[in-house]
Amino acid sequence: MEIFGIGILSWVTFLPVLGMVIVLALPKERRDVIRWTSLAVAAVQVVLAVVLFLRFDRSFAGINTEAGMQFLEKGRWIDVSGVALVGRLHIEYLLGIDGISMVMVLLTALISFIAVISSWTIDKSVKGYFALLLLLDTGMMGVFVALDFFLFYVFWELMLLPMYFLIGVWGGPRREYAAIKFFLYTLLGSVLMLLAMIALYFSVSVYLDPAGGMHALSEAAAGIRTGWEKVHTFNMLAMMDPANYEAGSLLAGINTSWRYLAYIALFIGFAIKVPIFPFHTWLPDAHVEAPTPISVILAGVLLKMGTYGMLRISFPMFPDAMRHYAWELALLGVISMVYGALVAMAQTDFKKLIAYSSVSHMGIVVLGMSSMNTLGLTGAVFQMFNHGVITAMLFLVVGVIYDRAHTRGLNEFGGLMNQMPRYAGAMTVAFFAALGLPGLSGFISEMFSLFGAFQTFPILTAIGAVTIVLTAGYMLWVLQRVFLGALPDKWKGLTDMNGRETFMLAVLGAVVLFCGIYPAPILNLMTSSLNHLAAILAQVPSATLLSGM
Amino acid sequence: MTPDTLLTLAVATLLLPLCGFVLMIFFGKRLPRQGDWLSTSVIAVSLGMAVVILAAKIGSYGGETLTLNFTWVDLHNVPLIGPLPIILGVAVDNLTAVMLVVVTLISTLVHLFSIGYMHGDIRYSRYFAYLGFFSFSMLMIVLANNLFLLYVGWELVGISSYLLIGHWYEKKSASNAAIKAFLVNRVGDFGFFLGIAMLFMTFHTFGLREIFEGIGAGRLPFESNWWLTAAGVLLFCGAVGKSAQFPLHVWLPDAMEGPTPVSALIHAATMVAAGVYLVARIFPLMTADALLVVAYIGAITAFISATIAITQNDIKKVLAYSTISQLGYMIMGLGVGAYSAGFFHLVTHAMFKAGLFLGSGSIIHAMHNALHHENDHATDAQDLRNMGGLRKAMPVTFWTFVVYTLAICGVPLTSGFLSKDEILAGTLAFGGMSGHVIIPVIGFLVAGLTAFYMFRVVILAFLGDHKDAARFSHLRESPMVMTIPLVVLAILSVFVFYSFNPFDASDSWIVRAVGRPDSVVPPSMAAPSTEAFEEAAHGLHGTAMLLSLSVAGIGVLFAFVTYYWRKINADAVASALGPAYRFLLNKWYFDEIYQAVIVNGTLALSRILRWFDGNIVDGLVNGTGWVTRGISSVSGMFDTYVVDGIVNLTGYLSGVGGLALRKFQTGRVQSYVIFAVLSVMVFYFVFRLI
Repeated sequence: MEIFGIGILSWVTFLPVLGMVIVLALPKERRDVIRWTSLAVAAVQVVLAVVLFLRFDRSFAGINTEAGMQFLEKGRWIDVSGVALVGRLHIEYLLGIDGISMVMVLLTALISFIAVISSWTIDKSVKGYFALLLLLDTGMMGVFVALDFFLFYVFWELMLLPMYFLIGVWGGPRREYAAIKFFLYTLLGSVLMLLAMIALYFSVSVYLDPAGGMHALSEAAAGIRTGWEKVHTFNMLAMMDPANYEAGSLLAGINTSWRYLAYIALFIGFAIKVPIFPFHTWLPDAHVEAPTPISVILAGVLLKMGTYGMLRISFPMFPDAMRHYAWELALLGVISMVYGALVAMAQTDFKKLIAYSSVSHMGIVVLGMSSMNTLGLTGAVFQMFNHGVITAMLFLVVGVIYDRAHTRGLNEFGGLMNQMPRYAGAMTVAFFAALGLPGLSGFISEMFSLFGAFQTFPILTAIGAVTIVLTAGYMLWVLQRVFLGALPDKWKGLTDMNGRETFMLAVLGAVVLFCGIYPAPILNLMTSSLNHLAAILAQVPSATLLSGM
Repeated sequence: MTPDTLLTLAVATLLLPLCGFVLMIFFGKRLPRQGDWLSTSVIAVSLGMAVVILAAKIGSYGGETLTLNFTWVDLHNVPLIGPLPIILGVAVDNLTAVMLVVVTLISTLVHLFSIGYMHGDIRYSRYFAYLGFFSFSMLMIVLANNLFLLYVGWELVGISSYLLIGHWYEKKSASNAAIKAFLVNRVGDFGFFLGIAMLFMTFHTFGLREIFEGIGAGRLPFESNWWLTAAGVLLFCGAVGKSAQFPLHVWLPDAMEGPTPVSALIHAATMVAAGVYLVARIFPLMTADALLVVAYIGAITAFISATIAITQNDIKKVLAYSTISQLGYMIMGLGVGAYSAGFFHLVTHAMFKAGLFLGSGSIIHAMHNALHHENDHATDAQDLRNMGGLRKAMPVTFWTFVVYTLAICGVPLTSGFLSKDEILAGTLAFGGMSGHVIIPVIGFLVAGLTAFYMFRVVILAFLGDHKDAARFSHLRESPMVMTIPLVVLAILSVFVFYSFNPFDASDSWIVRAVGRPDSVVPPSMAAPSTEAFEEAAHGLHGTAMLLSLSVAGIGVLFAFVTYYWRKINADAVASALGPAYRFLLNKWYFDEIYQAVIVNGTLALSRILRWFDGNIVDGLVNGTGWVTRGISSVSGMFDTYVVDGIVNLTGYLSGVGGLALRKFQTGRVQSYVIFAVLSVMVFYFVFRLI
């Protein structure tokens, strides 16, 4: 599907860059024009995402075949012959989506739209802020649509830079510490990912025909035709085909130490982003210092890039290693869940508490993924979507009170229910969703994740399920401390939410409610893909049979 | 009536209160009278439809189950399993039909009562909205034919209960009680959740009928009998939480912080009975061992809470412990296999216990108004010791209260007599067959305790003289909108609605309609069959009746001797018993122990982990940064002083060397020749030596 000769995925990805160029061209005093331009760009992006949603064929599996991918865009990007030690360097511009990425594209468009609205109150160098925000948007979207590892990596790094400045310039008092910590920590993960990527590159070969078409090694075995040239490739789909690994190369074979090592390197790169315990400590600092819209993006979209990376790259490329370390992965998920919930319980800073609740809720995603079955994977991907929406609500809720009271100390509030009834309503919905109340979306994804994981790791999952009690505990405790009881005199002047704030929370709340009652429209997007992924994970001829633990 | 019409009606019964809730939450405040009429009429319509459903169901469909299923989510072709649609639905069998009427009836009466009781409340419309939401959630539990929707309703009644207990959230005690109720329930739900997970993993469906068929076909969780028992016990954990059974009973007394009509609806008649309903629903998959657990939990609960009820002075607290005790009775009844009796007691108890709570609400309302009139804010309107003599001021409340009390004590001609007798006969039969004689012993003991503490309430509240003459002159009977529900419930506490024979319920329509379902568990694991059980119980009805009447009589007698004729001084007995009395008064110290061990333990752990996170985990991260910076500054110094130093030294040395060698650069040809000759000689000798 093309618009003006350019593929829709390119539009949805690079539209924000276009917006950024316009914003940069505007004079910096025209703040409102800058804001409205950004909003228009984000709105068009939402429309494009909805078009994708409507046109998306639910029966395509995707994951590891080009034919299963939709809205595919393919072009020669970098092609240099005779590079020293490398030979012909051939990198494709390859975009395409399957069920997993479709859900993430929807989430990214929605959260970016909300984040732009939420940025209305930013007063400090508006022009620079919105330019960076739009650049960040492109980086995120690109990660979810790229099917070439090199391209993926470029988008992954592209998103780092604006994030660094958005926290470091527009953040709170310790913004520089938080920004540098975020940047370096993620960069450390990127380096490991880069190493794994290079190892993959030199292990995987394909044949190129003169027209630029790519042919798997297995295809070439039937007879190499004239003009075909053997090259290494960054094509993710080629990397998922075991037949493309050249015999004797570093990552060839199954269950080799090098494959485990590469899997672990990728895992750490992605785990930092999720973040999985013990790589999570950058998150509370980044959240506490980041301005509200950036927290919304950080928790709403960025964290999902980690788990998305595992689903898109680690699992299909290393199904053997994935199975080998599935129990460890589940264990880390469970630790994140329980540990995150317990640490959240002890927080007195509202935002820090929500940050740790994210660690806990993303742990559910990790546990669900480790199950290797459709139910758990479905729960995990749906939880990525739901957590994105719910946690965006939570951070908006914190933002509302912080804008008015200029403090986030949980113990300083009380009795706001009567003072700010609309706010109380929104926050109650967000909190009930976060504690997994049926009828709201979080419940379904948590249930699917845990049920799927229970099938594979019953005891670990039973331990992890303790979080359903712990989460209810700290969430209700927050509600009590903020809303119930008597209103302190100093907060008698607080005003209820304005129209803009109400709009954002109402939109997200409607999504939460809809997905909680009738999740089929979202789940239908991903079932084909996840069934296929589960089949890939199940087919591995692995010595480590699944011992129920 | 066609099955489709009946099912449509059932769905309408379910959804109407939800519509009422949505309207009330958004527009309630702007409606005339804040919309109380809207909520009340919505639930009354639901009641009307429920009655039609019950009549049609029992009249035309006998023991059939009418089902309406739909595919909620389809996971398509799942590897290793095959097509996996998740099918949900509602079903109407006789159990459901009876429950529909019970829930909507009590709810309607409570709505009516609340119009009087909550008059002038600051969140009047919000209150009615939540009542509607509760009714919807409760009806969902009742109608669900699968564990998923059941669990959904289960959690939603939990949240309605949370919202309504915390209705007066300005009071810290109310919001604490609300949180406690929700959390303690979640502990039970944790088990319930795992039980569902285990069954779903095995049968790939939430449908109860499909699960029963699967077990009947010999498929078991983890292919083991033991795990089937475990699954049953895990599901029962949900009931332990919701029906306030030992050891999770601690939330219900605190829940009395909510408005009294809420206590009547949620914490006496319907929601807390959901646990009993759940056990009835999953009864076919319960193994004999699982049922034994159920029976013992019920018996222990019944006993503990009856002993506590004796010592409490707050009228609502007495009723709360009484409720726990009666729920224990029902659970015990189901556990011993007296299925119909346990469910029958749920129905009769719903009527008279809702009546008792509404009656106490009527008293509290009157007391409150009288105290308000006197500008007395210190006296507790709920304390039995401040009451007395209310009989004269509130005749309707008094007489209806007496009827309920007779019913709960199991006096003939009341509904309670019928159902209680059935349960006790069941426990006797069970004790005889299995040898667990402690269960019937507890059953009869609790019957005696119940009679004692209930008559204690009646005597202290209504008989004798009021403590304060001035206050007494302000005490008034409650308005009609409150007394009518009381009268209706009192009428419904009479035997005739349940059985035409006042002494035997085994022929009553309700027992016949709700027969015990067949067990599906492997025969070696199953409890004695229905026939064997009924045969054993049949001959024991007379014995059970005589025994229960005697213990109840003794209980009533003791109550009169102690509190009316005052032949025994209660205070003297209490001080003579000292520690034992304090043990009961303090509710066996459950709250204190839980607070000290579980609550404080969790909070302490969370604080330790916060420290660990900030200082160890993050410390490592910052430490790595610090070490890196240290290394880089060391290498910076190395670079400055060593690497660059060598470069500079080289430069310096060559400079110095240049200066030294400059001396030789004389510019005279003769000196150069001499240097050259000397050099050649030196080289010559050097090479010679080599």
